[in-house]
Amino acid sequence: MKGDAITSRGGAISLRLAVAAILGCALLAIPQLVSPYQTLLLTYGLVMAIAALGFNLLLGYTGLLSFGHSAFFGTGAYTAALMAKYLGIHSMETFILAGLATAFLMSALFGVVCVRHTRIFFAILVMALSQVLWTLAYKFYGITNGTDGLNVPFPTLLGGSLTFRGAGAYQRFIVAYYYYVAVLFLLSAAVMWMITQSPFGKTLQSIRDNQTRAEFIGIRVRLCRWMAFLFSGTFTGLAGVLWLPLNRHVTPDVLYWPFSGEIVFLTVLGGFQSFSGPIVGALAFSYLKTYAVAWTEYWQFLLGAVLIFLVMALPTGIVGTLELLAARLKWPSFKPRI
Amino acid sequence: MALLQTKNLTKHFGESRAVDGVDIVIDEGEFVSLIGSNGAGKTTLVNLISAYLEPDAGEIFFRHQNISQWSPIARIKVGIVRSFQLASLFDTFTVLDNVAQAVFSREGKSIRLGTAADRNAGVRGEARQVLEEFGLQTRADSIAGKLPHGERKLLDVAVAYALRPKLLFLDEPTSGVSTRDKNTIMDTIAAVVRAGKITTVAIEHDMDVVFKYSDRIIAMHQGRILADGSPDAIRGNEEVALNLLGTSATI
Repeated sequence: MKGDAITSRGGAISLRLAVAAILGCALLAIPQLVSPYQTLLLTYGLVMAIAALGFNLLLGYTGLLSFGHSAFFGTGAYTAALMAKYLGIHSMETFILAGLATAFLMSALFGVVCVRHTRIFFAILVMALSQVLWTLAYKFYGITNGTDGLNVPFPTLLGGSLTFRGAGAYQRFIVAYYYYVAVLFLLSAAVMWMITQSPFGKTLQSIRDNQTRAEFIGIRVRLCRWMAFLFSGTFTGLAGVLWLPLNRHVTPDVLYWPFSGEIVFLTVLGGFQSFSGPIVGALAFSYLKTYAVAWTEYWQFLLGAVLIFLVMALPTGIVGTLELLAARLKWPSFKPRI
Repeated sequence: MALLQTKNLTKHFGESRAVDGVDIVIDEGEFVSLIGSNGAGKTTLVNLISAYLEPDAGEIFFRHQNISQWSPIARIKVGIVRSFQLASLFDTFTVLDNVAQAVFSREGKSIRLGTAADRNAGVRGEARQVLEEFGLQTRADSIAGKLPHGERKLLDVAVAYALRPKLLFLDEPTSGVSTRDKNTIMDTIAAVVRAGKITTVAIEHDMDVVFKYSDRIIAMHQGRILADGSPDAIRGNEEVALNLLGTSATI
């Protein structure tokens, strides 16, 4: 029996490595195989995957549902946009460092207030605070251009060694930026994977399972929730910074609560009970939304219908459903469990 | 030597005097049973001592140090640990991970980021050792949420034990367990705590269990201490019999 278990575990690990290798090769090859537009869509998907992984540190691992993650995404995006407009900075690396710092500070501040609460109170409180930021971006027209938003030129990459001007700049930027985002996505996913597998990750899961018991084995529940909030918000802020050069325009919409809803949506779509679920959800959502918008003016209705179907028929999301199928077909498990 | 002492410990819930000016002393190394009918105030008393609830009045001393204002975590750090009436576990974790989580916490490693929790041989080895002491080693890889009731109760105590307590409170460790399993569970717990010289206070309703395992028995009634003495003294106490059994016959 033990030997069977080891063989099964070994098979699962081999399968995961094989899947990771295939996905890695596919990530490298994609810009050579598809149109710049498809590359752009995939880059959007990878950016949102970073946000979703960050978000899931709270939802899937800590058991806290936030309806205000637009605050951190928007903080990252606006930090870069304001730096470009007022400081004339165009270095992507500077944007990232500054965006990480502001998202970190914003998360630290929000976290202090919010992690005292759980369940609906937590969700509403984060949403309320995020709406304060939305109001600031909306009302401070002189600084943010209000609903007109801020335009951003192509940033330079890798310390100014890659610049994008003149003919064909768009195509060159899309391909280069795809690889840039892909590397940061892999790094972020690796860091978040390490967090979830660490004693701290286990502690978050213990708090999710049974807060009282966690407290009565000596865990500082509020501190751990705050730390989870901090990681979650900071990675979502990084996603916001990376999103900006794709859109090249930011409006208060990225701070508005429906955008928080999108982050929740794509995480649930992929499945919040696994590490890979949010990645799959973000990629699927990126295409789903794009094609829904192109197909019908009632795209929100369509996405709403998908969400209802998802909650009622596939509550474990795409990855959870695949896992169930794999179990029925007796394939080795490929879903890293939470 | 007194390990724990309460002075005039009081907790009211509206008109109800759950704990009403309780003075108790727990000596080092004792196995004390806390008995009384439902609503006598036993669990509330443990909740106050473990800082699950804040008292309305009174003081708690641990090794002559006033700990009345200490947080649950501060009390756990000095060795005051509890189990729960309804087995309180991390249900999605394996049995081994439940105990390992307590070991991580005790060693101050619960917020470490650098290493994988599953690869910490020291912590997992100690957790396996605890499971062996409680006879749960064959269940190490089972999911805690799927364990039978009796084993859940035992694991609840094992998790508390993994914190290496000086004073262990057990809140009805055999409630809802069959008579046969009660003896197995209590034999296991008694053997472990006596071997570890852990002072233990158990809330218990089963008088056979109480008289078999206790060095001393404290009887509570309506938030107050009704009697406090050896099993023989309690057995012959008419007031205890009257209030616990509703008859003047001694237990």
